[in-house]
Amino acid sequence: MSHTVTGNQQPTHTPVGLIAFAWTLVGVPLAYGLYNTVKAASALFGG
Amino acid sequence: MAVPSFLARDRIVARPGFNRWLIPPAALAVHLSIGQAYATSVYKTALVEHFDTNLTAIGIIFSIAIVMLGVSAALFGTWVDRNGPRAAMFTSAVFWVSGFLVGGLGIQTGQLWLLYLGYGVLGGIGLGIGYISPVSTLIKWFPDRPGLATGMAIMGFGGGALIASPLSRQLMNYYDPAYDGTAGTVPNGEAVAALFFTLAAIYLLFMMFGAFIIRVPADDWRPDGFDPASVKKKALVTTESVSANNAIKTPQFWLLWTVLFCNVTAGIGILEQAAPMIQDFFRNGETSTVAAATAAGFVGLLSLFNMAGRFVWSSTSDFIGRKPIYMVYLGVGMVLYVILATLGSTATWVFVLTAAIIISFYGGGFATVPAYLRDLFGTYQVGAIHGRLLTAWSAAGVAGPLIINGVLDTQGTPGQLVAANYRPALFIMVGLLAVGFIANLLIKPVAAKWYEPKATTPATARADNERSAVR
Repeated sequence: MSHTVTGNQQPTHTPVGLIAFAWTLVGVPLAYGLYNTVKAASALFGG
Repeated sequence: MAVPSFLARDRIVARPGFNRWLIPPAALAVHLSIGQAYATSVYKTALVEHFDTNLTAIGIIFSIAIVMLGVSAALFGTWVDRNGPRAAMFTSAVFWVSGFLVGGLGIQTGQLWLLYLGYGVLGGIGLGIGYISPVSTLIKWFPDRPGLATGMAIMGFGGGALIASPLSRQLMNYYDPAYDGTAGTVPNGEAVAALFFTLAAIYLLFMMFGAFIIRVPADDWRPDGFDPASVKKKALVTTESVSANNAIKTPQFWLLWTVLFCNVTAGIGILEQAAPMIQDFFRNGETSTVAAATAAGFVGLLSLFNMAGRFVWSSTSDFIGRKPIYMVYLGVGMVLYVILATLGSTATWVFVLTAAIIISFYGGGFATVPAYLRDLFGTYQVGAIHGRLLTAWSAAGVAGPLIINGVLDTQGTPGQLVAANYRPALFIMVGLLAVGFIANLLIKPVAAKWYEPKATTPATARADNERSAVR
């Protein structure tokens, strides 16, 4: 996805699992919050 | 002020091949945590009863926190830029969590001043440092899409309240089973104190996770296929560097300060009054056609648009430019405020749709401003400049409620107000947006006299400090 033009350093590889874990860790609480907010907002349309 | 070596900036310079998509979740871990600041209404009534005081005395806690946010972001911005995002996120976590612990102790011992000191002062410092901590790092990792990057993080601040509100209700219900989250039931003080201690533990883990996965790019790093020359071609965008101390001497900084102040003040005008406002707009005598539960749903909808606006509008600014997007926020915002004032009471959908779009512009204004600063002043000390600009937020946090509440106080008694009573306040907001619109129009590229000499720009300034201890 991205690269550097820095010359002397050993290249690294970011494990896909770590990226997936990090996004899940922030995504799950966000989904929980969104679900609860949509549920509350639905009262606006449900009358 | 030196930081321990494990927090130092030169310890977190990414090695070649590091995937930049690990950075947004690190930033979100911090912003989702500190976004709790917008969920304090969940336990407000409980604190009023526990301390046997009034809403004003409890509301001050939030006001202190927001003022401290602006002050600490302004004061520590340069420190954050110099020491890097790990030190900043770590420090923010320590202050934010200490705020909950000291505040919880205050609730447990019945000492309100400890709540002011804890959540207000310590927590507010954590808010300020945490808010700016990932911004310049994200801009450096995403030079091709700075609006998208900062939009993602600052969206997290809006998202933090969406998480903290239901979570707090559930936790308080767990600690005090007599409280079920419905209107009329209030959790006891012990439950709120236990909530504070629990949130402290959760946010500590969450923010430390962000602090330890964050990395900064090497100075000569750039994304695949990104040509820095393409940035230079866009109007208002500089590839030069302006220091924070010089930035505040430029008219561009103060014009942008005015833009942010006007946009935030206008948005707060609606956010502050959202639930009673929708009921008052559709009041028929003593009763409103909009029930309390529906009004709560409206507040929820505004939170969603606030959060979505941060991501959607900020990302859009990468394509249409920062100045044009603020013309939309402020110009279209003016039209929407006029519609709200004149036609808002004709149908619920007109009111809801208009208010929701206004709030999405409010969120967008927050999220787009770091990228606007990057365009004008470069990436050199953009975090510090952003920190100083956030004093506009603190000022708006005072001015917005003062305007709306001050005007409504002259119009009648709460619970008996109707749409017409809101018109003076709404037209004041139109005037404010007009001032912001003109300020935005006046923004021109920064004069060359404010540029840093090439020898002191980041790459060379840090060259001596960076050793092989890269990760």
